[in-house]
Amino acid sequence: MTPPAHPSPADPDRLPPTPAQTVGPFFGYALPFPGGARIAVDGEPDPITVHGLVLDGAGSPIPDALVEIWQADRDGSLAGAPGSLRHDQVTSAVVGRDGTAFTGFGRVPTDADGHWAVRTVAPGPHRPGAVPYLAVAVFARGLLHHLHTRIYLPEHAEGLRAQFPDLPEGRLGTLLAQRERAGVYRFDIRLQGERETVFFDFP
Amino acid sequence: MSRSPRTSIRDGATQREIDAAMAAADRVGPPDPHHPNRDYPPYRSSALRHPRHAPLPVVDPEAVELTGPVFGVTDVSALDNDLTLGQTGEPAGQRITVTGRVLDRTGRPMAGQLVEIWQANAAGRYAHDLDQHPAPLDPNFTGFGRCLTDGDGEYSFTSIRPGAYPWRNHLNAWRPAHIHFSLFGTAFTQRMVTQMYFPGDPLFPYDPVLRSVTDQAARDRLVARYDHQLSLPEWTLGYRWDIVLGGPSRTLFEDR
Repeated sequence: MTPPAHPSPADPDRLPPTPAQTVGPFFGYALPFPGGARIAVDGEPDPITVHGLVLDGAGSPIPDALVEIWQADRDGSLAGAPGSLRHDQVTSAVVGRDGTAFTGFGRVPTDADGHWAVRTVAPGPHRPGAVPYLAVAVFARGLLHHLHTRIYLPEHAEGLRAQFPDLPEGRLGTLLAQRERAGVYRFDIRLQGERETVFFDFP
Repeated sequence: MSRSPRTSIRDGATQREIDAAMAAADRVGPPDPHHPNRDYPPYRSSALRHPRHAPLPVVDPEAVELTGPVFGVTDVSALDNDLTLGQTGEPAGQRITVTGRVLDRTGRPMAGQLVEIWQANAAGRYAHDLDQHPAPLDPNFTGFGRCLTDGDGEYSFTSIRPGAYPWRNHLNAWRPAHIHFSLFGTAFTQRMVTQMYFPGDPLFPYDPVLRSVTDQAARDRLVARYDHQLSLPEWTLGYRWDIVLGGPSRTLFEDR
């Protein structure tokens, strides 16, 4: 088997990764799928809605972004089941999850107003004592390499502070969802600007 | 903070202006040599869509992102990896096979991985309402597919060679032919969306999306190679493109 690439000089034991490229403007007929925003299983007694805008550096909503969520179940389990993109076996069309298995994965494109929303459950601690959060990946036309951020629910504000003690309060706040009413949380993602969202890198 | 020159490129810029901006960005180089700089002025729509703060590094062996969603046999149908099927007739254009392996950075094949692709048709038109340039839509080509990698980490698609297409980044801007790829890996940190290009495309030097990867060796990793062994007589031309997913996973942490 031909090696796929030359080892990088800085890190000779490891293959260099394939570079990222923008998702572009035309992912809309390929990546979104029916039920992509419905992460909670059917009959979930305590579902939450998390929603918000994706905004650019001028404060304008971005209508061609894609938001993905990966999260633990309410009991903290990260063993998300397969089946988010379940197919109809007759037509091959994607019909989405079956409503019983928790896959932990959500994918939702922003609408013409730059708005997105998912219906899910508040994740439990993924380890004893861990501060729970929803992991987020953001893709957009104009964004050459996707971004990672996290959504912390307001009841975990103290845990969030403890986790990132060096982050100024104003920046920390960009990671906190705001409770709008029972079970509904607002989380805007600002790619640039005064209240730019904190994004993460995993070296 | 970003290190790129904060030049903004005017609306209706010429290729010459874009060339100068790409040369300037080449001299600076990206913060991560493996990936494009998100702040890349020649790609004009990046101007307001890149963070000014550097991403905050997280090294936490218990991070949620060290795990990720999984997909299985229910998530793909047997026909999903052939983009030439599913409609009543044959799509127009040159039939191609695109195959390769998905590997982690230690060279281990990643089995059972969901690979999603989408692309323009042979005339360079996407089946998307916002693509209104005057090239024909093909009723027999929807332009997206999926598959799971096999035990050797190999994916395979049958498709049509996409055409180049114009866009409005600057005057007379054309994207080289490419196929969009989306991959997951075994951890959300390995999530990857990228584009595969075809060897020898004369548009490479003019394209700010490809050239946003400023390291030539890294850029070369986005280009498939023609593989005559993959071509089938009187049927398809074969291209091979391997993909390496970076980013830590729980397994990698356990190996440390």
